[in-house]
Order: sequence, then C-alpha cells, then structure tokens
Amino acid sequence: MSESLLVNLSIAILFLPLIGFAIVVILGKRFPKLYLLEVGILTIAFILSLIVMFSKLSYFPKDIVSEFTWITIGNAPLNGVINIDLGIKIDNITVLMLFVVNLISMLVHYYSIEYMHGDKRYTRYFSYLGLFTFSMLGIVLTHNILMMYIFWELVGVSSYLLIGFWFEKKSASDAGKKAFIVNRIGDIGMFIGILILFTNYHTFTFDTIFEQIKNGVIPFSSNAWLTAAGILIFMGAVGKSAQFPLHVWLPDAMEGPTPVSALIHAATMVAAGVYLVTRIFVLLTADAMLVIAVVGAFTSFIAATIAITQNDIKKVLAYSTVSQLGYMIMSLGVGAYAFAFFHLVTHAFFKASLFLGSGSVIHAMHHEQDIRNMGGLKKKMPLTYATFLISTLAISGVPFTSGFLSKDGILAGTLAFGKLTGHWLIPIIAFTVAGMTAFYMFRLVLLTFHGEPRDHHKFDHAHESPKLMVVPLIILATLSIFIWYTPNPIGANQGWFLKSWVKTPQQVIPNETRFSFMVGKENHEVNVEEHGEIVNSLEYTETMHWAHYKAMFASLALAGLGILLAFMFYAWKKFDADKLAEKIKGLYNFSLNKWYLDELYDATAVSGTLNTGKGLSLFDQKIVDGAVNGSAWLTRFTSKLSGLFDTYVVDGLVNFSAFFSGFVGLNFRKLQTGKVQTYIVYVVFAVIILLFFFKPF
Amino acid sequence: MIGFPILSLITFLPIIGMILLLFIPKEQSKSIKYLTLAITAVQVVLAIILLANYNYNAAGVYEEKSFQFIEKFRWIYITGISWLGNVKVDYFLGIDGLSMPMVLLTAIVSFIATISSWNIEKSVKGYFALFLLLDTGMMGVFVALDFFLFYIFWELMLLPMYFLIGIWGGPRKEYAAIKFFIYTLFGSIFILLTMIGLYFSTTEVLADGTRVLTFNLLAMMNPANSTPDGILSIANPNNLRFIAYIAMFVGFAIKIPMFPFHTWLPDAHVEAPTPISVILAGVLLKMGTYGILRINYPIFPEITRQLMWWIGLFGMINIIYGALVALAQKDFKKLIAYSSVSHMGYVLLGMASLTTAGVNGAIFQMFNHGTITAMLFLIVGVVYDRAHTRGLYDFGGLATQMPVYTGFVTVAFFAAIGLPSMSGFISEALVFVGSFGVETTRVLAMISTLGILLGAGYMLWTLQRIFFGPLNEKWNTLLDVDKRELAMFIPLSIIIIFLGVYPSAMLNIMNTSVNTLVNFVSGNINSITQNGF
Repeated sequence: MSESLLVNLSIAILFLPLIGFAIVVILGKRFPKLYLLEVGILTIAFILSLIVMFSKLSYFPKDIVSEFTWITIGNAPLNGVINIDLGIKIDNITVLMLFVVNLISMLVHYYSIEYMHGDKRYTRYFSYLGLFTFSMLGIVLTHNILMMYIFWELVGVSSYLLIGFWFEKKSASDAGKKAFIVNRIGDIGMFIGILILFTNYHTFTFDTIFEQIKNGVIPFSSNAWLTAAGILIFMGAVGKSAQFPLHVWLPDAMEGPTPVSALIHAATMVAAGVYLVTRIFVLLTADAMLVIAVVGAFTSFIAATIAITQNDIKKVLAYSTVSQLGYMIMSLGVGAYAFAFFHLVTHAFFKASLFLGSGSVIHAMHHEQDIRNMGGLKKKMPLTYATFLISTLAISGVPFTSGFLSKDGILAGTLAFGKLTGHWLIPIIAFTVAGMTAFYMFRLVLLTFHGEPRDHHKFDHAHESPKLMVVPLIILATLSIFIWYTPNPIGANQGWFLKSWVKTPQQVIPNETRFSFMVGKENHEVNVEEHGEIVNSLEYTETMHWAHYKAMFASLALAGLGILLAFMFYAWKKFDADKLAEKIKGLYNFSLNKWYLDELYDATAVSGTLNTGKGLSLFDQKIVDGAVNGSAWLTRFTSKLSGLFDTYVVDGLVNFSAFFSGFVGLNFRKLQTGKVQTYIVYVVFAVIILLFFFKPF
Repeated sequence: MIGFPILSLITFLPIIGMILLLFIPKEQSKSIKYLTLAITAVQVVLAIILLANYNYNAAGVYEEKSFQFIEKFRWIYITGISWLGNVKVDYFLGIDGLSMPMVLLTAIVSFIATISSWNIEKSVKGYFALFLLLDTGMMGVFVALDFFLFYIFWELMLLPMYFLIGIWGGPRKEYAAIKFFIYTLFGSIFILLTMIGLYFSTTEVLADGTRVLTFNLLAMMNPANSTPDGILSIANPNNLRFIAYIAMFVGFAIKIPMFPFHTWLPDAHVEAPTPISVILAGVLLKMGTYGILRINYPIFPEITRQLMWWIGLFGMINIIYGALVALAQKDFKKLIAYSSVSHMGYVLLGMASLTTAGVNGAIFQMFNHGTITAMLFLIVGVVYDRAHTRGLYDFGGLATQMPVYTGFVTVAFFAAIGLPSMSGFISEALVFVGSFGVETTRVLAMISTLGILLGAGYMLWTLQRIFFGPLNEKWNTLLDVDKRELAMFIPLSIIIIFLGVYPSAMLNIMNTSVNTLVNFVSGNINSITQNGF
C-alpha cells in the first residue's frame, strides 16, 4: 500500500456517499429499491475505511497530506496572492474517526431498513443519510479550516433535513429550524475566528498556520487576539457540540427519526465540535482553554441536572449526550487531549447503542416514548435489554467497559488540572456529574426494562425487534467493552489506543500564553518515556499519575452511589421519587423545564429579533418610505401651489391687464360721441389745461 | 479576436428582434414568444462565444488597449461652437473583467425571464417588444465605455421598465411604476450633472493632434487628461470632485438599492410581473454597483479611498437592516425583495474593502445574487400563478403537494442562506475575507456576519411556513412544476452549484481586472507599471 493509494481510498470513502445521495435523491421516487444502493455504498465505504485505518496505523507513522489549489485570486504586486487550497490530511485521529463514522453510519443504515419500513419518504431518508455521511467524512478528512467550515455547514443542512424529516409535524420542522439557526450562532463566531487566522496567516491550512505561530507570528501581534481566535473558533464547537448556552437545539432534535438521533445527534455530528477543538488544540492559549473547560464543565452539569427528571426516553439520552459532550470539551480545556478523543470514540459506540436500543423499544411499543408507560420490558426484549445495559454500564463508568477507561482519564485530567491551577471547581463538577450520570442512566434502565409493566396494552404487543435492528445493537455493545482498547481493564494508558495511536500534541503558541504545565521542556523526553504517557510536561505527567488512582476510586464510589440510589428509588422503592419531587417542587420544576432556558431565549433573543424586525419594517414603511412619499407629496403640493399662483397671480395679471385695457377702452369709448361740438369743447379744455401747465409766467 | 462586431450584435440584437416582432400580427402570440426566445437564446450563445474568446490576462479598467472586443468610432462630432468647443461623442464599446460577468448574467437572466414570460396573456406583442428593448438597454450599460453612451443606455432601460410594471403589473402597478421611474430618474439627474462636469474637465488628443473635450470614460480616469480649470479637474484647487462623487454615488445607490434609497424596490417587485421581477433583481440592481465600480472608483480614486468606511457602513446597514425587515414581512415576494437589499449589502461591503478578495467577492456576489434571486422570484411566481396569493401565512404543507418544486425551493433558499457548495457562499466568504482583512472595514465586517444568521432565520422560517406542516386542504389541487418551469429551474440550479464547487470558473474571468482596479484605486498603479504591467 502506497501513500497515494491511501489518499485515493480516502477520497473514495468521502465521495461514495455523495454519489449515493445524488443518485437516490433524484431517482429514488421512480426506483424505490434504490435505498439498497445507499446501504451497499456505506458497506463498501466501511470496508475501505477499515483498510485505510489498519494500513495507516500499522505502516504510516507520518501524517499524509494531499492538497490542490482551489481558488487563486490576486496576482498583482502589493496585493499578494490569495491561494485557497483544498486537501485532506490522514493522521491517526482521522482514520479512527473514519472508522467510527463509517461503522455507525453503516449500522444505522441497516437498522433503518427495518425501523423506517413503510415510511412514505423511505428512499429520501436514505439519501439524506448519505448526504450526512459525506459531510461528516469531509469534516474528518479535511486539512484546512475553511473546508472544515464548508462541511460543517453541510452537516448542519443534513441535520436540518433529517430532524425535520417528518415535516408534517410542526414540532419537527420547528426543531430542524432551531437546530440550524442555533448552530449558525456558533458558526458566526467560528467564521470570525477563521477570518482572524486567514487575515494574519494568508492560509486556511491548519499545519501552515501552526507552523507560523510556532515561528512567533501572532495574530495582529497580540496574544489577546490569539486567545480570541481560539475562543471564536471554539464557538463553532459550542453550537455543533451543543454546549451551554447553545445546547438547547439538541434535545429538540430528538424529533427526528431515532436512528438519525443515534447517528447524528449522539455519535458523530455532535462530536464534530470536539473534533474541531482537537484540531485547533495546539493554538489554544491558557485563557482560551480555561474558557473551554468552564463551558464544558458547566454544560455537563446543567445537562445532568435536567436529565434526572426527564420522562421521554430519548430526551434523557439527549441530555446525557449533552452532558458527555460537555465532558469531552472540558477534558480538552484541562489539557487531557487524548482522553477527550478517547471518550469521543467510546461514547460514539455506547451512545449509538443506547439510542438504537431506545429506538428498538420505541419500535416495539408502537411509538411510545414516555418511560412512565414502560417497565418490565427485559422479559420481552432480552437482547435489547442486554445491550442497553452494557452501554449504560459504560456510560456510568463501571469497570471493564470502555466508558470507564475514558471517563476515568477525563476525571484524572480534571483533578490534575485542579491541583496544578487551583481551579478546583472543575474537578468537583466533573465528579458530581459522574455520580449523577450513573443515577439517571440507571433510572432510565430500571423504569424501562425492570419492574412491572405500567401500560399493559402496549406491553402485551411488545416484542423483540427484528435481526436487522438487533445485530447493530450487539455490535455496538460489544465495542463498549474494554478489550478493544487496552488489555488492562483499569489502565487505559497501557492500551494501544493511547499508547501508540492518539497522543497529545505539543502546543505551538508562545510559552507565556500557555498554562505553565503545558510548557514542555526538551530534557524531559526521557521521563515521558518512563511514564509511558505522552503529555505536556514532567510536572503534568507526575500530577496525572498522582491523580490517576484517586480519580479512579472517587469515580467508582460516585458511580456506585448513583447506581445504588437509582435502585433504592426505582427498583426497591425505598424512597418515593414522586414524594421527593413534591418536596422540592421548585428545584424539580426547574430541572423538568430545562432551567427555563428555552423560555428565556424566546423572551429575549428570539422575540427581541422579531420585534426589531417588525419595528424596522414599520420604520421602513412610515419613515423611510414616508420620506419618499412625503417628498413626492411635497412636490405635488408645491406644483399645486404654483398652479394656483399661475392661475390667480400670473394668469390673473394677464387677465387683469386685459380687463384693465378693456375697462379703460370701454370708458373712453363714451367720450367718442361722434359730434364735432363735443370735440371742440374737449380741445378748448385741453388747450386751457396745457396753457395752465406751460404757463409762460 | 472575432471578425464581427460582437458587442454591438449582442447589444442591438434585441432591438432587431423588436423590429422583426413588430411585423408579426398580434394574434400570433406563439410566434412572438418563440421569436423572443430565439433572440435571447442567440444572445446566450453570443455571450458564450465572448467567453470562449475572452483573454483572461487582459486587465482593462483604465487602459484602452487591454479592453477586449473594442468597437470605437466617432459618433457625434460637432465642431466650432465658439463657447463650447468641439462636441465629440464616441461610440465606444469594450469589455473587461468587470463587465464580462455582467454580460453573461444579463444574457442568462434575459433568457430565463423569456421562458418565465410564457404565460403573459395581455397584449403579448407590446410586452415582448418592450422586453427586448429593455434587454438592449441592460446589455448596453455593461458594454459602453463612453459616458454619454452609457447614460443613453442607462436611461433607455427606464422607459420599457416603466411600462412593463405599469401595464402588466399587479393591483398597485401605477404607483409602483411611477415610483420606480421617478426615483431612478431622480438619481439619473445626479449622474447626468456629474457626467457633464466630467466632460468639461477632460480632454483627449485626437489623431490629428487637436485636443477636444470628451466623454470617454477611460480618458476621464487619467489625471493627465484633465483641464487645468475644469470644475472636476483634480488640478483645479477649487474643484467639486467630492460633491460630484457623492452625487453620482447617490445616483447609482438608488439602483442598488442602498439604504435609505431602497423603498422603491419592494413596491416595484411586488407589483411587477414575475419575469420583470427576475430582471429587476437579476440584472438591474447590479447596474448600481457596476456603475460605482466602473465610474466612481477609477475616476475618483482619491475620494474612494477617503470614503471606504462609509461605503462599508452602508453595506453593513443594508445587510442587517434588509434582513431584519425581511424577517417581518408577510408577503413572500416582499420578503425576497428585502432579502435582495440585504444581499446587495455584501457587494457594497466587499467593494468598500478595496482589497482583491473583497472586490472579487463583490463582483462574484453580483453575479450570484443575479442567479440566486432570479430563481427565488421565479419560485414566488410559480406558487403565485397557481394559488394567486403570496401570503406567507396562507400556505402550509406544500412539500407534500409539490415535492419537486420544494426540492428546487430548498436549493434556492439554501443558496440564498450562503450554504457552502453553492455559489453564494464563495462570494460572501470572499467579501468577508476582504473586508475583515483591512482595518478600515474590519469591525463592519464583524457586525455584518450577523446577516448570515438573520438570513438563515427568515429563509428557513419561510420554508417552514409555506412548505412544512400539514397540507392546507385548500391547496390540494396545486400541480407540481411543469416542464417549462423545470427549464428555468434546472439551468439556474446547475449554475449555482457549479460555481459553488468550481468558483474559479468565474473568479478567473474577473481576477486580472479586479487586481488592476484595486491597485489603480489604491494609487499603486505606478508601481505596477514599473513591474511590467
């Protein structure tokens, strides 16, 4: 296998789903069997991505870049040339993501064959999945931030189309719109961030930008701009990865078909934000990282508090997704880069499994989503139950699962961060959330699968889902077990995933803008080797080591406590959850109503914008156009006035002079009597008068 | 080069068509329509021939020898008026990278608008005669290089537009037509005055060595040609160049339309028949920005440099104000009209940056807005033809009733939102890259990004109100798009997506000229000449 073959394969993986989309969306109506083409394409893409992953990880230690110039403008001197390149970069992270995205996408395709059966836009659905897969793979493969933005928007559109897939429902089309617009808020920030980078570095390519930063070129020669660039680009991730305050779209996005929720809104697209931050990790200053850590921590906490009281099976999972994404973001913020990416991968598998499992339940219960109407399903759906349980154990961080490994690393990272910087609030939140996660996830499992059925009618009709739906569940649940990542169930660092595949990169920004523990010293290479961990500095490595077991025991205890409490409330009925809710009604409602954030946004931003629009529209009609019409009126008024003037004054004068001469003539005519005697009298009088005037004396 | 005067042909072909059309009896409306279609189709072919023979490396802008397809001869020459000197007007046509995209756009949009005119029933002959006359006026504006000639075409376009809105328009057509006419005429006065001022300030040396006053736009760009005491001569310390600049800018700004001179647009659009809206938004608005780039910028470079921030400010206002007002509209067509105001703001913003990326983006945006908004107005037309209403709240669920139509609507809407992979994204991105790149307009560019958000807001909301939700039973008889409508939508969609994926096809046409323009206006042109330009 040569590099160019690897590149070509990756490009094939990228464009195959697009070709599928184009064919199916145009011809799907005429040939309803075309969905099989989509499914086939995804299967091929998955096999190719397996090949690409293994060959990259085994034979190509170096990153592979392939690019071409897309746009060239400006060839005159003084203006400089602007080259915009497109290209792909294949590194370890890329190939792992390729594998994750293609695997889950393929499984979702197969799953959907059954789940979406009988839908009236069946082929359309598959074509959208193809569009999504293409866009997501674009994000994964790109080597420059403009292309990232391009595919970023494209996943936004496919997400929009799929959330609003059942657009006859107002709630669905609302949710799609909300998702797109809320994401755009983040995208604006990201776009400005990109502009800052481009203005200063004249390229969009990540590596070239990093190279220049390393050489000491700072945006607008100011570290503040560097921080700003990092935070602004991170805003894109805030939107896409549903971080506070832009997380509100993700729970609503559950209006989409459940397989879509699994693929897009749990496993892959929402992780794109995390992926973006991993890509720009090396240019994040200490300030930017702190912001990121705080946003992530806060998000994970808010989402966890909301998840506890939700009754819709998908909503609980949605909030747990938000919470886990917050974890990953926080992890990047505290510098635990590798664990963040690790958690992204493990989360993708177990969360996809949970969502597809919930889809299986919903399918069996005839579109019932309220867990208060479920219960006892483990007897009816043993396979779904088993896979759901394994995934729940994983997300709760129970040993021998993948989630335990990645979560533990994140918790250790926050603990180390607390010790190194004194920001203890972040580890405190992180551990609290770990306990809460275990609690609400087991609440979900217990209410859904255990106990007595609460809706007997629906329960009686429930049945295990068909093979095409169950097999993906089994595959994903299997991937939630530690063995795929490391031989040591409690030591992720010994595993191939972290030891040889994913390593925290060295930052490129000036030392004074980094956290002091992120400043690597050359002579510590040896110690790093000794510890078997690649991290930022000796100090950091040692602190991580210090944190490792502490974090593990604390998280185990908290997870155990959460699970225990869940059993006490919902299985053994030691406490009555309803009574407790009654007791702390205020808090309960606050959580149930999602901190009233939607209401707050509606009352401020949304209606504010709409009212501004209305106000400006009135202003436009009355004032701006009023001025135009007013000046037209003024012109007409003036012309009317001058018309009057013309009629009465100008023409009046004319008429008057005519009248006057007529009048004079008329009166003088009376003198013209025709009698000579009269004329003699006139002459005599005239002579007397003249004599009087010219009297000689 | 081509052996025949192709620019004259492409410009006056519609007039020839109009004369031919007058011989067709008015009952034969089919023949009239096919004749017009043939004429506009030939125009498209001519535009493609132009493109095929176009030299991508010739700059144009201020330099006569690098313009292409030049046709120049003396048109009006009156000698020996004692107090006036010699009056000389040239028939001077030529194109460069600024006008080539516009010529293409005009040809394409006219052709599409002809197809869209197919269901005109009222006095067909008059309609198509005026339509062809309008076509000549538009094309002429983009190829004329003599100010006098430019002005004639500029005014020529007004008359047919007035009748096309005033006779074939909607319920308030008279009001809209008069408003359009007078408003534009009002602007034209400023342009006329400036033109005369420039005429008396510019001289040109003829072949026989005599120096005469001239309307030649390129001559006006060279300070060496200005008379020492001309009212707009840069050599004259008491010149009125600043006032003239503002005056002419206002004249062009009305056409863009730039806030606060934009209120004729919604009225004209709402009342005009669909094909006329398409032409109005697709081509006419571009004349404003084209005029500024072609005339204001290179003739008054020093004032342009002074006013960059102000131009950018008005661009920003257009973007955000237009979008916010669009958000409040209840009439589909009015909403699209205000979205035009918003999208033309990007052109202004890009121009204001005076950078290669910004100006390239601005001109590319002019082209893209032409195609995208043409499609949007066609979309409004399709639904209005069937339902006879345009109220955004009167519909709902049309996606189930008209799926193919909805597909094209989605393409056009997302193009208008600036979705990557469609042409609008590239031009907007370049505008932002350019305007963010210089300090003068940086903050304006940052604020303007809000337009991206608001654009998504009103477009998606519209999509939802008209196409999503349960089908309003009132409309369960509406038919999906027919073949004729597909013939309009498919080519436009292809252009939009093609230029989104391969923008260089258009950017390469304009790049050399834009660079030259930017350098010329920035005052760098001397160094360029030294570097072998």
